[in-house]
Amino acid sequence: MRRPSVLIGALSLLAIGAAALFLTWGVDGHWDFALPRRAQQVAALVVVGTAIAVSTVIFQTITRNRILTPSIMGFDALYVLLATSVVFFLGSATAAAIPPLTMFLIRAALLMVAATLLFRAVLGNGKRGLYTLVLVGVIAGTFFSSLTSFMFRVMDPNEYDALLSDLFASFNAIDTTLLGIATVLLAVGIGAAYWLGPQLDVLTLGRDRAVALGINYQRTLTKLLLVIALLVSVSTALVGPISFLGLLVANLAYQLTRTYRHAVNLTVAALLAVLALIAGQALLQHVLHFNGTLSAIINLVGGVYFILLLVKESKK
Amino acid sequence: MITTSDLTKTYDKTVVVDNVSVSLPDAGVTSVIGANGAGKSTLLSMISRILDADAGSVAVDGLDVFNAPSREIAKRLSILRQETHMTARITVREVVEFGRYPHSRGRLTEECVQKVDEAIAYCDLGEFEQRGIHELSGGQRQRAFIAMVLAQDTRYVLLDEPLNNLDMPHATGVMKLLRRLADDHGKSIVLVLHDINYASVYSDRIVAMKDGVITADGAPESVMNADTLERIYDMRFSVIDLDGDKIAAYFR
Repeated sequence: MRRPSVLIGALSLLAIGAAALFLTWGVDGHWDFALPRRAQQVAALVVVGTAIAVSTVIFQTITRNRILTPSIMGFDALYVLLATSVVFFLGSATAAAIPPLTMFLIRAALLMVAATLLFRAVLGNGKRGLYTLVLVGVIAGTFFSSLTSFMFRVMDPNEYDALLSDLFASFNAIDTTLLGIATVLLAVGIGAAYWLGPQLDVLTLGRDRAVALGINYQRTLTKLLLVIALLVSVSTALVGPISFLGLLVANLAYQLTRTYRHAVNLTVAALLAVLALIAGQALLQHVLHFNGTLSAIINLVGGVYFILLLVKESKK
Repeated sequence: MITTSDLTKTYDKTVVVDNVSVSLPDAGVTSVIGANGAGKSTLLSMISRILDADAGSVAVDGLDVFNAPSREIAKRLSILRQETHMTARITVREVVEFGRYPHSRGRLTEECVQKVDEAIAYCDLGEFEQRGIHELSGGQRQRAFIAMVLAQDTRYVLLDEPLNNLDMPHATGVMKLLRRLADDHGKSIVLVLHDINYASVYSDRIVAMKDGVITADGAPESVMNADTLERIYDMRFSVIDLDGDKIAAYFR
């Protein structure tokens, strides 16, 4: 058990170092202005990174592959669709009257119900092939996005305007009003993930062996999908959809830990995601003076990696 | 005792298991034989609740397997199936430790560690203990999964073709091990076998299936005769007596 703790220790130190660097880089004496702003940003990156990493590792365990992520399967597209539908069906006046916090909770709850129902049906008894799932994911994702843009088109321009500023958060415009509630929901989600850790470990053996060992498969699947939907709501509300971060950090974590234990894999993946986000953001903002390109870079690197994984898998 | 009543499974209008009602004993070795597609594996999968039944029920010591808490069933009944596909990096010892999950839920007690050690020794896996499961040969992997089922320490042990991928020494080794489990530990072993001579030599009872129904059921002496075997497999057999064992030849 020495290896995982050393790894986790080292990654924690790196993440803390990156955070310290990000907070203090080139502040030039304006501490009271810069520090709270940057601290909020760091907190948001930590929340987003952790949510994405944990939800991806769980999803990969229940689908028993290392290529699919909630994002590739259309979870965050579904979140955007649900958020749009709320405004679309309630009208902007009613929607605007709902405080942002309540609105976020409504969206999260909707995603938890919809995604769990949908993906329980899609995953079935856990025996669908990888390519069926990829196909379903691509179709579902496109379908959700098309429905969303359809609603945008028929929507009142004022409603559209209100929605847009609300929905398309990014790394540069992190929605910090929701940071508090997002942190609380993240804590709930992570607590549940670690609590279900031993069951996740058993699920790596496959559905049949898990059932033979006394796992109630359908019930466990439902619980895990609820956790995933909760975590996707958190990350999507704060920074919008990021497709490939989870894929990168989850696979890197498996490579580093070389274990099936979720207590280790969840922790390492989360630390890697936090480290990647903070270090990436620090470099972009302070060294390269780029703005708003972090998710583009993640998607570029992650997308290439996704294709490599697909090619590798198809050669097996 | 395991009791099935009117157990039925249908795939696309093909009835794979047809109204099977059978009782499996508390102890001893019971072999299930029959041609490919006779419904043997499907029957075992339903008894172990891995597969839902279309009709009928299964009771293990009076517990309805489809409705009782899964964990309670897992403490009484274990199953080894043919599927061996694994993606995760996992060592032989860790595989065997998973067998303790119904008892410990992932936190191994001292008793668990002892059972795991026993199972590893029983299956002669000591030298591979720390090896990854994916590095092993088919036969070694099969033994690792048998050890996992042993560590689960259930009264009923169901095995679906446990001799798959095994050479003769290992196949005989596994059969001896299963016989010992039944004799020394009073367990009830139910296994699907294709080699009817292993069934004949090692079982207390042979259940033969054909087209989803049980066509013969009894002690090896009563099933291992040319007439019955020809009825089960639709091919010619000659059965000889070899030191008190009935051995069937079917090669010509």
